[in-house]
Formats: sequence, structure tokens, C-alpha cells
Amino acid sequence: MVKTSEVNPGYFHKVVDCQYACPAHTPVPEYIRLIAAGRYTEAYMINWESNVFPGILGRTCDRPCEPACRRGRVEEQPVAICRLKRVAADFKDEIGHLMPEITVVKNGKKIALIGGGPASLTVARDLAPLGYEIHLYDDQSKAGGMMRSQIPSFRLPESVLDEEVDRILNFGIHRHFNTYVNSMKSMLQSGYDAIFVGTGAPRGKDLTDLPGRWEARTKVHIGIEWLANVAFDHIHKIGKKVIVLGGGNTAMDCCRTARRLGGEDVKVIVRSPFNDMKASPWEKEDAMHEDIPIIDNHVPKSFVVENGELKGMYFEKVMAQYDEKGRRKLIPTGEPPAFYEADEILIAIGQENSFPWIERDLGIEFDEWGLPVIHEKYFSSTLPGVFFGGDAALGPKNIITAVAQGHEAAISIDLYCSGQPLEDRPPAQVNMYSAKMGIHEWSYDSYVTTDPRYAVPQADKSQTLRNRKLEVELGYDLKSAFLEAQRCLNCDVQTVFTDSKCIECDACMDICPTNCITFTEDGPEQELRMRLLVPALNESQDIMVSGPLKTGRVMVKDEDVCLHCGLCAERCPTAAWDMQHFLYNTAKAGQSCYV
Amino acid sequence: MTYIRPAFHHPALPQNELGYTRKDYEGSISTLCAGCGHDSISAAIVEACFELNIEPHKVAKLSGIGCSSKTPAYFLNQSHGFNSVHGRMPSVATGAYLANTDLLYLGVSGDGDSASIGMGQFVHAIRRSLNITYIVMNNGCYGLTKGQDSATADYGYVAKAGHKNIYEAIDLCGLAIELGAGFVAQSFSGDKKQLIPLIKAAMSYQGFAFLNVLSPCVTFNNNSGSTKSYDYIREHNAVMSGMDFIPVKEEITADYQEDTVREIELHDGSYIRLHKLQQGWNPEDKYAVVNALHKARASHEILTGLLYINNDQMPLHQIIRLTDTPLNKLTEQALVPGAGILDQINASFA
Ligand SMILES: Cc1cc2nc3c(=O)[nH]c(=O)nc-3n(C[C@H](O)[C@H](O)[C@H](O)COP(=O)(O)OP(=O)(O)OC[C@H]3O[C@@H](n4cnc5c(N)ncnc54)[C@H](O)[C@@H]3O)c2cc1C
Ligand SMILES: Cc1ncc(C[n+]2csc(CCOP(=O)(O)OP(=O)(O)O)c2C)c(N)n1
Ligand code: SF4
Ligand code: SF4
Ligand code: SF4
Ligand SMILES: [Mg+2]
Repeated sequence: MVKTSEVNPGYFHKVVDCQYACPAHTPVPEYIRLIAAGRYTEAYMINWESNVFPGILGRTCDRPCEPACRRGRVEEQPVAICRLKRVAADFKDEIGHLMPEITVVKNGKKIALIGGGPASLTVARDLAPLGYEIHLYDDQSKAGGMMRSQIPSFRLPESVLDEEVDRILNFGIHRHFNTYVNSMKSMLQSGYDAIFVGTGAPRGKDLTDLPGRWEARTKVHIGIEWLANVAFDHIHKIGKKVIVLGGGNTAMDCCRTARRLGGEDVKVIVRSPFNDMKASPWEKEDAMHEDIPIIDNHVPKSFVVENGELKGMYFEKVMAQYDEKGRRKLIPTGEPPAFYEADEILIAIGQENSFPWIERDLGIEFDEWGLPVIHEKYFSSTLPGVFFGGDAALGPKNIITAVAQGHEAAISIDLYCSGQPLEDRPPAQVNMYSAKMGIHEWSYDSYVTTDPRYAVPQADKSQTLRNRKLEVELGYDLKSAFLEAQRCLNCDVQTVFTDSKCIECDACMDICPTNCITFTEDGPEQELRMRLLVPALNESQDIMVSGPLKTGRVMVKDEDVCLHCGLCAERCPTAAWDMQHFLYNTAKAGQSCYV
Repeated sequence: MTYIRPAFHHPALPQNELGYTRKDYEGSISTLCAGCGHDSISAAIVEACFELNIEPHKVAKLSGIGCSSKTPAYFLNQSHGFNSVHGRMPSVATGAYLANTDLLYLGVSGDGDSASIGMGQFVHAIRRSLNITYIVMNNGCYGLTKGQDSATADYGYVAKAGHKNIYEAIDLCGLAIELGAGFVAQSFSGDKKQLIPLIKAAMSYQGFAFLNVLSPCVTFNNNSGSTKSYDYIREHNAVMSGMDFIPVKEEITADYQEDTVREIELHDGSYIRLHKLQQGWNPEDKYAVVNALHKARASHEILTGLLYINNDQMPLHQIIRLTDTPLNKLTEQALVPGAGILDQINASFA
């Protein structure tokens, strides 16, 4: 097959599984090594450059990096990447002096950001240091979007949120809080050079068609509205028996919040089977730990109201059937409907976008589902100068996605405002250098520990259930942080192969603990994969193939379970293998001027 | 700083019939120079034992002194081992073998260990037809003592230090055939495809199975004037045939031409299948083989593959009619059969 062993940033980027899976491409192993070295401030800054909210994300991120982590392929559990991020935030020093300088003299361009969530804040973070005058609009009294209105304080303390949000607001951002933008048309006429829409997906889905919904209305709440009311101190208690409908993370936050507001018998009842639920496994665990049963395969049928009082709900029992394409169907089991008592019910079955304030005759096109038509990479709308990002752009996701899209939108806005085409994007910044320091000595800790994942300690339930603001997770202490950091396999220290140096002694193939390397005859990729010492069946992982060596064979390395232990390079007599640090940073707005 | 092999292994590592993976046949991490041919031979031994479904505790690995003789530490950690004195592995192996014929004996030696100080031991082990797989990791020098010419160094080769070798080399394969070894093969550490089936066949052979494996010393004998370097061996390697080791007789599936395939059955019912045989090559014809070795020397070729096999060789325990029971299992009753038996024996001299 085609040679893939030459130095190629795209190839190596993919090898760093966690960073590749992170929407913002945070250089994960780099900050984990800094944590192990006790350099928390630097670890924080690497995060801050990429994901803007390390303290917030270190507690709340959806962590797509962890299922991707290579360690999960050689043992049970991936590295606790997310909670290590929190360590950097918890133990950093003062960082004020490391912040970019915000010049008094501006570049003459004015930008409006509508919505004050993580997407808009990221755009503000990227553009303010470049001299843009930024105006931030939000209908709430403070910035933060759903990070403030939805994520409960027992997962994300207000102080952590304030610190990271205020850091950006202090970049001279003009704040227009308690201001609901009700007309895009008037925004377009207000003299902004570009407008960014980061209004999220603010409408919670309802079950309006179910019998009894209207009669029960005072005791049935939309989950995200209810959570916002709790967060802004409008609601302080709930009935003793609570049913939460839905199986996503919102449902988990609703039920856990209900437990803290007086709910004693709180249940989550969900249509899908337990394993198909949208909520992350750890969110489900945390809910169950707080004595909240999750009842699956139950489809809501009706609200039961007697004499004007809510009594409970009926559910139809179903079971899941999957067709050959893996599509699911919920088939009624035929059992009689199940009744569950409730004093109050929270509906947490999803969110929708809604843009009642954007007039449809402005040139901003919407699709048949009422979503704006957005360029998937540039985050531009069909009206030049109007950009979208976060939940408002491509539907509800999570904070880190909102951040990643904010970065891209900021690049687009910067290009747009300087009259450059949106496709002229600055390239990623890549740096590579050898890790070799001696015969068996590397500038990273190449030893592979077998320690299983360290658990993050939690405050006692008897305390946390009494105070909705008391943070449940306590975070790692420095000792367990170090040990957990040591579990990282350093996937960004790349195995770099130089064909011309190899004398085909087989030493690397013989030593490799995970049988990654094979010297064999060349062939088409699919066939070659099957001929390796251990066949390379995980096709999501690339194979590195050299050019023809002296004997005509090729070197093939399966990236799948390489431990980055460096033994191949240690055993190579000719340094045909080298271990090289590979630092990959996605481009940020403004970097185009330097290239 | 690492000099530790990670404990993790490939999650899809194949298992053999005993449920063991290759990992179960490995040894400690090697301390030889990076790129040493000996390490490749160790890896080939691991693979061969894995594929042969050998129970590790049924193997005794014995060696003398040298980098090559250190290698038993780097494979088969679960087997018995004896690292003897320089050149004395054959005596220790003979003693162990006489004490217990239940084990598979694997002797590992170097060209210095066998062709110089241990030559006397080496020739007598062959002469006695010791039932052992005897591997010489041949690098043409004394690696461990920093690369002095050994007795297998070729005449005229230029050492790394600059001098020319003025002595003729001892051809260990020719010598082994001359002395009556029943299985003689030559291979190259860098050719596992050939080496692994050869080791498997040698370990399945009853009698003295000799394997001379050219194994470059990357540190002291891999220079451009060397005749034991990776490059030189690859350029001068004359492969006599391809070879498969087949545990149980099966149909020939690959479409080889009739006259280029030859099958040899071993005593345990396994087969050696030679294919792509060189024109007129017959490893059961001793005289032809000796002839070919002489010609190869003259033309600077290195013959590799199964050179010679004599399937009728009688191993030592049969020659001396040794009991099958290991010494440590012989009961007092068996060893001291009593007055009645003694009388019978005495009577036989009457
Ligand atoms: C209950 C719940 C829990 C969640 N937990 C997590 C979690 O643990 N981890 C995670 O990564 N994600 C989580 N999410 C998702 C996450 O909060 C969102 O994906 C993310 O906040 C989206 O960011 P955004 O910037 O696009 O918009 P948002 O954060 O939604 O911010 C939009 C802001 O715009 C304001 N706004 C809307 N329209 C207007 C208007 N016309 N004028 C002025 N202001 C307006 C809104 O009030 C809001 O303040 C959770 C979501 C919910 C509902
Ligand atoms: C009785 C005795 N004499 C000499 C030595 C020194 N000595 C150690 S190893 C060795 C030569 C080993 O050469 P070889 O068997 O070819 O092994 P290699 O290191 O090349 O693999 C010698 C002479 C010794 N250890 N013992
Ligand atoms: S770094 Fe080299 S030796 Fe270690 S697992 Fe990866 S390929 Fe194998
Ligand atoms: S150890 Fe080095 S020289 Fe030997 S085969 Fe591997 S890459 Fe080639
Ligand atoms: S000195 Fe030569 S024989 Fe000994 S380990 Fe090093 S390369 Fe191998
Ligand atoms: Mg030697």
C-alpha cells in the first residue's frame, strides 16, 4: 500500500486518540505530563488556550476523549482525562499576568454576540485580544448561558463558573445583560461589522398530547425551565414523590436536584432500555448513588389527576427490538399499564432550537426543521456577516463543542472583517522534536504503569443531599493526581520511522510488548492488515507502512495498541525508530497574520 | 529511563492449544546490544515453542558462556535452565539427559563456546547422538569479550578493528555431518520464515539436531569487511529450499511443482515439507550435501535451509538402552531389585 511512514501531521494527529476526539483538540497528553511534573499553571494554560473553561470542563465535560483513550483498549478503564483537567484548575497559581493584552486602541471593528453561553464567550475570548470591540447580549442577568442556568451547582460551583466567565468579560467586553434580542433585523441595522448567534437551544420539549397534561399543569414542569428557576433562586422546593421523565443528562440533573429540594421518592422513568439511555454512564451512576431508581422501557401514557390533584402517571411497558441495521423499535409487551405515584413531574425529554426573533426575510435561510443553514466548518449562515455557533448552530450538544465551534466562528469573523475569503484559514500549528536523551532515557516517562484508574473522592451523601450548592466531587488530591497522570500512555510521543536507516534486524518487532510491528511483504491495505503478527482489525486505527526496505519487505506498524513505551526505539541499533514529541495546536483567530 | 517491558499485551493475542500466548514463552528483557541477531533467534525459539504447543516446564535450556549463551534468560522463563561454564554445556546436557529423558533439551551455544574452548565437548555430544536441539548462534566472533575473531571467522574477512583474518574457518555444519549428526540445518537470524520451522523440526527430531544460525553481532562484526554482517549474509544467502513444519500429515494445498517438493516424516508423526527445492538437492544424501558445502565455501555462498537429515539415527538413550523412567522417579524397589534377581543375574554367568 502507499507509504504512510513519512512525517505527516495529519497522520500523527490521529494517533493522539484523546486529542483527536476532543472537539477543540486540546493537547491532552501534554497537559497530563505537566500535571505529573507539578506544573499546574502551565497545564491550565494549555487547556485555557484550547478549551477556554478548564475549571468548568474539568467538572462537567462530556469527555468524548475518554472513550477514545488508547488505554481503554489495553485495559479496562481510560485515563481520567477530564478530572485531571480539574486538577490543573484547582492547583494553578495566579494567572492574571499570563492573559493576553487587551489594547486600548481598537481595530475599528464592532462585533455583536447574541447569547452569553460558552460559544459566544469563546468568540469574545479569541477576538477581544485582536482589537475587536465586542458587545455581548444575553437575556439573563449574568453570562454563562446554560452552564449557569442548567448545570447544577453541586456539579459546578458558582465560584468556578464566575472565575472563568469573568476572566473573559474582563477583556473589555461590553455587556448587555437582561436584554432579550427580539429582532435580528434591528441588530443588522445597528452598525455591527459581524454578528454571532450563540443563543443555544432554549426550548425544552413537552408532552402536550398526553391525556391529563393540561389538568396537571401546575405540578408538571419542563426540566430545563425548572432547573433555570432553581439556579436563579425562583424555586426552592419540590413535592416528596417526584417522577422525572427522560434518559439524558438533563433528566439526571433534574432528579438529583429534586433530591436536594425535598424530593424523597424520586424516580427516573425512561422509554428506552437502560443501556441505550443518552445520559453518560457516570451521570447515571451518580444518580443511582443518590438512591434514585432508573426504570427503563416505560413509555408515558397519561397523567392522572383526581379532584384537581396530581396523583401520578400511567406507563406502557415496552421492549426494544433491533433490526439488522441496528435501528431500534419499542414494542409493547402487552402487560397492563404501570402506575407510578407522583406529587410533581419533571419532563426532561430533550431540547429544541427556536429562533422566533430572527425574521425570515433577511437572507438567513432556515431548513425544513427550522434550523439555520450553516456551513459546517466556517459556521457562516447564508447571510454574509452573520455567524452561528454552539447549540444554536447544529443542534444541542455540549460545552466543548460550543467552544470548538466558537473558535472556528472567530476565525471566520476575523477573516470576514479583514476582507479575506473564509476558506483561507490559518493552518494548525505543529511542532516535533526528538525525545531522546540517552540510550534508555527519554524526555518523557516511558514506563507503563499497570495501575487501575483512581477514583475521585466524593463528599458524603448525607451532606450533599441537604445543600444543593455543595459540590459532590472533591477532586483528586495531588498524590492521586500524580498517579492517575502516570497512567497516560503519552500517545503524542510519536514513533517515527526512517526507512533508509533500517537494517531489518527485527529487534523492534521482537521487543514490542503489544506486537505492533511486523516486517512482511507489501500488499493492499486490507490484505496486509490480516497478515500482521496480530491482525489489525480495528480499522479506525491507521497502520504505518514504510517504503520498500533492502530485502524488499516493508515495515508495518499497527497504531491500535501501541503503548508508546519507546522500546522499539531503544532496541533499534540504527535509530531507525525515534520517539518524537508531537505538539498539535488548532489554529486560532488572528494566527493567519503570522503564516 | 526504562529497561522494563510493559506488562500489557495485545488484547487479541492468539492462544495455542494449551491456552498459552506467546507471552507465556517469553523470558526476561534482553540485555544484549540493540539489534543483536541473538535476540531474533530468541524470538524465533519463543514462537516455535508456542506453535509446537510445548509445555514450558517440559523444556530444559542449557548454555555455556557468551552473549549467545546468555539468551536462555531471554526466552522460556517457565522452563528449567542451566548456564554452565564456557564450552561445557554438552557435558551438563548429557548428564541432565541421562538423569531425565522426559524433558526436551535445548542447548544454546556460540561459535566461540562450541568451535574453540568447547570443541571437544561439542564433537563428543554429536558422536554420542545426544537427544538435543543444539543451536549455535554464530557471529564469527567472541561478542561478549568485545569481538575477537572466533574459529568460524572466514579467511580474509576484515575485522572492525582493521586486521585481516589469516586462518581458515571451521565449518560447523560440515563437521556435524562428518561426525554423524542426524539433523543439520543452517539459517540466518534475520530470516524467521525459515528459522521458525527449522527450530520446530529440530525440536521434534529424535537424536542430535544441529542448527547453525548466522547471527550478526551488530556491535563488533557488522562492518563492511565482515562476512557475518546483515548485508553480507543477505547478499550471499543461497536458500536450498523453502520449508514448512507440519504437525500432522495433511494434503498439499499450495500448488508446488511435483519435482520441487519433498516430504520427510519424523518419528513423532510430524512432517517436514520442503518446497521450491534447488535443482537436484537431496538432504538425505550425505555425500551430495558435503560436496555442496565445499562448493559453497569456494564460491562464497552460504547454504541455508535443512542441509541434512537421517531419519534412522539412533538417539543415545536407545544406544545405551537407558530406562525410560527419570532417575528421580526410580523407586528403591526398581533400583534394588533384591536377592532373587541378583541370583538370576549371577546364574546367567554360570
Ligand atoms: C440540564 C443540562 C445539563 C447540561 N450539562 C452539561 C454538562 O454537564 N456538560 C456539557 O458539556 N454540557 C452540558 N449541557 C449542555 C450545555 O449546557 C450546552 O450545550 C451549552 O451550554 C451550549 O452553549 P451555547 O453557547 O451554544 O449556548 P447556551 O449555553 O445555551 O447559552 C445561550 C444563551 O443565550 C441566551 N439567549 C437565547 N436567546 C436569546 C436572545 N434572543 N437574546 C438574548 N439572549 C438569548 C440564553 O438565555 C443563554 O443564556 C447541559 C444542558 C442541560 C440542559
Ligand atoms: C574458561 C573461560 N575462558 C574464557 C572466557 C572468556 N570468554 C567469555 S565469552 C567468550 C567467548 C564467547 O564467544 P561466543 O561463544 O561466540 O559467544 P558470543 O558472545 O559471540 O555470542 C570468552 C572467550 C570465559 N568466560 N571462561
Ligand atoms: S512504542 Fe514501539 S515497542 Fe512500544 S508499543 Fe509502540 S511500537 Fe511497540
Ligand atoms: S530495530 Fe531498527 S534496524 Fe532493526 S528492524 Fe527495527 S527499525 Fe530496523
Ligand atoms: S556484543 Fe555482539 S553478540 Fe554480544 S550482544 Fe552485542 S551485538 Fe550481540
Ligand atoms: Mg560468537
